[in-house]
Formats: sequence, C-alpha cells, structure tokens
Amino acid sequence: MSTESRLRIVWIYPDLLSTYGDRGNLLIIERRAALRGFAVECIEVRSDQSLPEHGDIYLLGGGEDGPQALAAQRLRADGGLHRAVVRGAVAFAVCAGYQLLGESFFAKGAQYPGLHLLDLKSDRGPSRAVGELAGEVNPALGLPPLTGFENHGGRTHLGPEAHPLAEITTGIGNNGTDEGAWRGRVLGTYLHGPALARNPALSDLLLLWATGVTPTPINDTWPERLRRERLAAVGFR
Amino acid sequence: MTAKGLPLRSKLATSLSRSAAALSRAAGRGDGSVIGGRIGLIIDPELLANLAAGRDIALISGTNGKTTTTRLTTAAMSILGRVATNGLGANMPTGHASALAKAGTTRYAVLEVDEHYLDQVLTATRPRVVGLLNLSRDQLDRAKEVAMMADLWRTTIEAHPEVHIVANADDPMVTWAAATAKSVTWVAAGQRWHDDSWVCPECGARIERDGDRWWCNGCSLSRPTPQWAVASGGVIDPSGTYRDVRLQLPGRVNLANAATALAIATCFGAPIIHALPRLADVTSIAGRYATVVRDERTIRLLLAKNPAGWLEAFDMAEQAPTLLSINARDPDGLDTSWLYDVDFSPLRGRRVLITGDRAMDLAVRLEVNGVPFDHVTSFGQALAAVPPGWFEVIANYTAFQDIRAELDRVN
Ligand SMILES: [Zn+2]
Repeated sequence: MSTESRLRIVWIYPDLLSTYGDRGNLLIIERRAALRGFAVECIEVRSDQSLPEHGDIYLLGGGEDGPQALAAQRLRADGGLHRAVVRGAVAFAVCAGYQLLGESFFAKGAQYPGLHLLDLKSDRGPSRAVGELAGEVNPALGLPPLTGFENHGGRTHLGPEAHPLAEITTGIGNNGTDEGAWRGRVLGTYLHGPALARNPALSDLLLLWATGVTPTPINDTWPERLRRERLAAVGFR
Repeated sequence: MTAKGLPLRSKLATSLSRSAAALSRAAGRGDGSVIGGRIGLIIDPELLANLAAGRDIALISGTNGKTTTTRLTTAAMSILGRVATNGLGANMPTGHASALAKAGTTRYAVLEVDEHYLDQVLTATRPRVVGLLNLSRDQLDRAKEVAMMADLWRTTIEAHPEVHIVANADDPMVTWAAATAKSVTWVAAGQRWHDDSWVCPECGARIERDGDRWWCNGCSLSRPTPQWAVASGGVIDPSGTYRDVRLQLPGRVNLANAATALAIATCFGAPIIHALPRLADVTSIAGRYATVVRDERTIRLLLAKNPAGWLEAFDMAEQAPTLLSINARDPDGLDTSWLYDVDFSPLRGRRVLITGDRAMDLAVRLEVNGVPFDHVTSFGQALAAVPPGWFEVIANYTAFQDIRAELDRVN
C-alpha cells in the first residue's frame, strides 16, 4: 500500500471492459475496505487516459472481442500496469480481462498478444461455457470454495509459472478441470456473479495483499447465505 | 386485404391457424397466438406477407416499452378505423401472422416486433411507419450486443427508404440506426439508462452529454432536433403546442411512450385532438401497472425485465413500501450479475422487502448499495409486513408472473 494511508483502487478501462455487473467487484472491495477503516479512493481510468502507477489494486472486467483486443493493445502501449505489478500492486481480472493478462488470447478470429503478467494462453473452446461454476480453491490460498457464474467462449491453458485458482466440481472454467490463475499478487478468473460478491473471502485476500493487514471479521450474514444457497444449488458437498 | 383476396394456400393457412389457436386456448396453453401462427406459417411461408398486404401498418420495436407503446398507438389510431394488433406481446412473426389472421379484414395494423426480428417482419409486412423506442442490454447471457443490434436496424432501415421512421432522439444507438432513413420524425422520448451508449457506434469515440443534449467527440453524430417532446403532464407536438395527456399508466416513461404513439398515429392522419383522449383507454397490460386491493393494501405491479426497466420502475414507484422480487429462470436469464448494473439508491428512505428465487443475490446487492431491507419468503408474508395503504411491487419476468398468479392472474 502506498505511503499515504489511502487505499487506491484503479478500475481499468470501464469504457471497454465492463460487462455482467463487473462494477460490482469494485463496489465490494470498496465497501469491505471502508468497513476495515481504510480511506478508499476509486479511480476509473478511461481507455484514452494513461494508467496511474500509484494504485494499490487494479481491476479489469470482461468485454466483447473488439474492446478486449483494443484494451490489450492500449495497456501494452501504456506499460503502467506492468510497472505497478512489478512494484507489488495487486491486479484482479475477470473474463476478457483475465485472458489479456496472459501470453496471448483469441479474439475476432485471430490470436492477440497479451500482457505477459500470467503464464497462460487462451484460445477458443468447442462450445460456450455458460452457467454456475463451483470448485475447491488452491489450498495455498486458504480460501473457502469458489462460486460464481461463467459465460465465455474461451479456454485457458496454464503454463508452469501460473497456479490454478481452483479445481472445478461444476462448470468449465479454464478447461473443464481448473479455473482461474494467480501468481504473486496477480489473480484472474472467468467468474461473474460478480466474483467478489459470491466470494467475499477472495475480496479480503486481495485486501490483505494490498495492505499487508489481515482484514478483521465483519458481518457476512447475507453473503454467507448467498454462498450456501448457490453451492447447494450445484450440489457442492 | 379481404379474406376473399387471399391466395388459396393462405386462406387454408389462416383458417388452420385460427383453429389451432382456438384448440390451444381450449387446452389452457396461453392465448394460442404463437402456436396458431406457427402452424399457419408452416403451411404458407408467405402467410405474413399475404395477411399484411393491403393494410396500413405501423411496427414498433425497442428493448423496453414496446407492448405499452403498441397499445397506446392502437388506441390512438382506433379513431381512424379498425386496427389489428398483437396486443398480448406475441412479438415474433408467428404472433404477427396469428394476430392479423384473427383480426380478419382491417384497414390498419399496429404490431409490436421483437428487436431481433425487425428486418424479417419489415420485409414481410411492408409497413408505412416504424417506431423505434430504445436499445439497452437485455437478458445478458443471451442477447446480442447493443451495438450489433443497432447495426442490424441501421442496415434494415437503409434497405427500406420508403418507410417513415419515428425514433427516439435521446438514444444515441437508436438515432444512429435511424439516421439512414429517408424521412424521420424525432421524439425526445428520454433515456434513463446511459451505460450502453457511451461509445459512438459510428466512430468509436466517446459520447458526451450535457442536459438533454448529446454529441460524439469524434464525428458528426449528435442529438437531432426533436419534433415531439415530453413536458410535465403532457407532450409538445411538432407545432410547439402543449397537449395535456391523461394516462392511466404511471411515470414519465409512459408519457414518452404516449408521445411516440401520437407521433406514429399522426403519420396515418389521426388528428391529435381526437387521438389524445383514446390514450386513457389503455390501463394495465397483462398485469403490468395493475392495481389490486387486498387486505386494505392497494398493490401496484411493476414489471422490470432489465437494468433500464428497473430505473424506469423506480421513477414510477410512489414513496411507499416496496417489494422487490427476483428470479433467474430461463425467461429471466440465468445470471443475476446485472443487479450490479442497477443503482438501487432511489429506494433509500422507504420500507424495502425482498423475495423471489434469487432474493439472496438481491440482499447482497442492496447491502453494498446501502439500502436497508427485510427478506420475506412469500407474497403473503410481504403483505402482512406492510401497513394498510399503497404497496409497490417491482419484479422481473417470472417473479412477476408468480405474484400475478397469487393475485388471481390480474390483468
Ligand atoms: Zn462518432
């Protein structure tokens, strides 16, 4: 976290990458940080603006092929996200935003270069993955089961430098076996729902990474009821 | 066209389609308009074109408000003569064929058209006027992208220069789609939902807004000067005259629908002063806007099918206890993420109850949005929880049907 005691959340290119309620992830982190007493500053950066490099958490949403390719191109040219991650900032990306963190992704009938922040490649799957997803989170992260809604046509293949976020019990995720990826403080997932509304512990992990402080418990009655209901709906034991 | 003038094949198709619809109704499977039309179209693919031939037709399309605007336009045009219409919202070609077959000979027809089918129906029915209301995201996990829909409309309209367009000047996507038309009447019908029109569909630059005005930063696309506008309690017609509009339907959005209906009706020669009073004939539509008195509570039902619809419903709702009900069954779309596209803060300061299959998703959303609420597990429990008086109910599609069933399928 930056020297001033203010948590800066940067939402990258909502004009290009914002579908399926992705703003929800920003709202959830903002609320959970504020409840822990952090002063929060949310910065929305349009694709025609340069990326601030002093952010603590960078968020990327989903989008259609065209905007995804454009966003990757602009982020590569900007270089700010790369420098922020090297400095130790947190990045959390969803769906199209997740794919473009990798080596390359498939859009508009062609393979595009990504940002090389995660060791993974994405291509097109045989069918669209639409529906509830559930899985066991990688034990190294110490999180409860993952739940969310996926809606994507891509398949993602992890290289040795990327850890899968979860092993799937319901849904397709990356490839029918695992879902999402992380390395250091960069984490990506296909999940909407939004992902952090369904997985408040994941939101708190991002906060821990960004602040170095273990978030204090808060009243999570409603998110917990939502999680129980969604996990039960897909027969998660 | 008269039934006598129909080709033999179409006559047979029409008659079979009517009996199939009657059978379907008798079997208790809805109003039968879809199945009747489907059988008719299998027998004669040209049926819709043949049934449409010889009629003066208006088509009405858009993401929100098309059923209501179709009702209002039909009411306004009824002063000219008999009007065939698919008033129950069966808005695909089978529904159109069925509605025209059922109506028999009429001089006029006003048809609500699903936005995906505009090209097909326009080609088949050769309308005189097409009304375009708005475009926004709908059922996210299945609909085409908004810009893609605008592009489809634009191509369709360009291919039919003979059709007069009545279009919403406040919606950049609709404006861009309609801009290829030879003749357009612009209506300032408003746009409460801006999140699908920040990027110019022509050049990709950002759309800027200042009050009612909007313009593209990168090209010449901008808000056209409207001929019709909405004013407090009425509309302003192309001569600049204010017209008092008395509706049985709530909200500014329905005043805008009325302005569009009048704009369309006047294209067919309906005098405004005679058309105006007919608008008050439109009351509730398949339960929407219906009010029901139960246990000293006056319950009003508002349907909201997508984010733009929710914002409109908040605008219509009185400052009274409000029940929100959300499902995510097939007709609703299975993904509830759209809840985060809607700002629920207009509900702060009133009693809010939540229910439905996906009440927990709504609970988490409202908590983040800073809107206090209580969860109830049935409509009866909700009713018992609020004091006598006005009670607003806002629900998405299948949740709305569930509540309508509780109220004896109110129309
Ligand atoms: Zn432009």
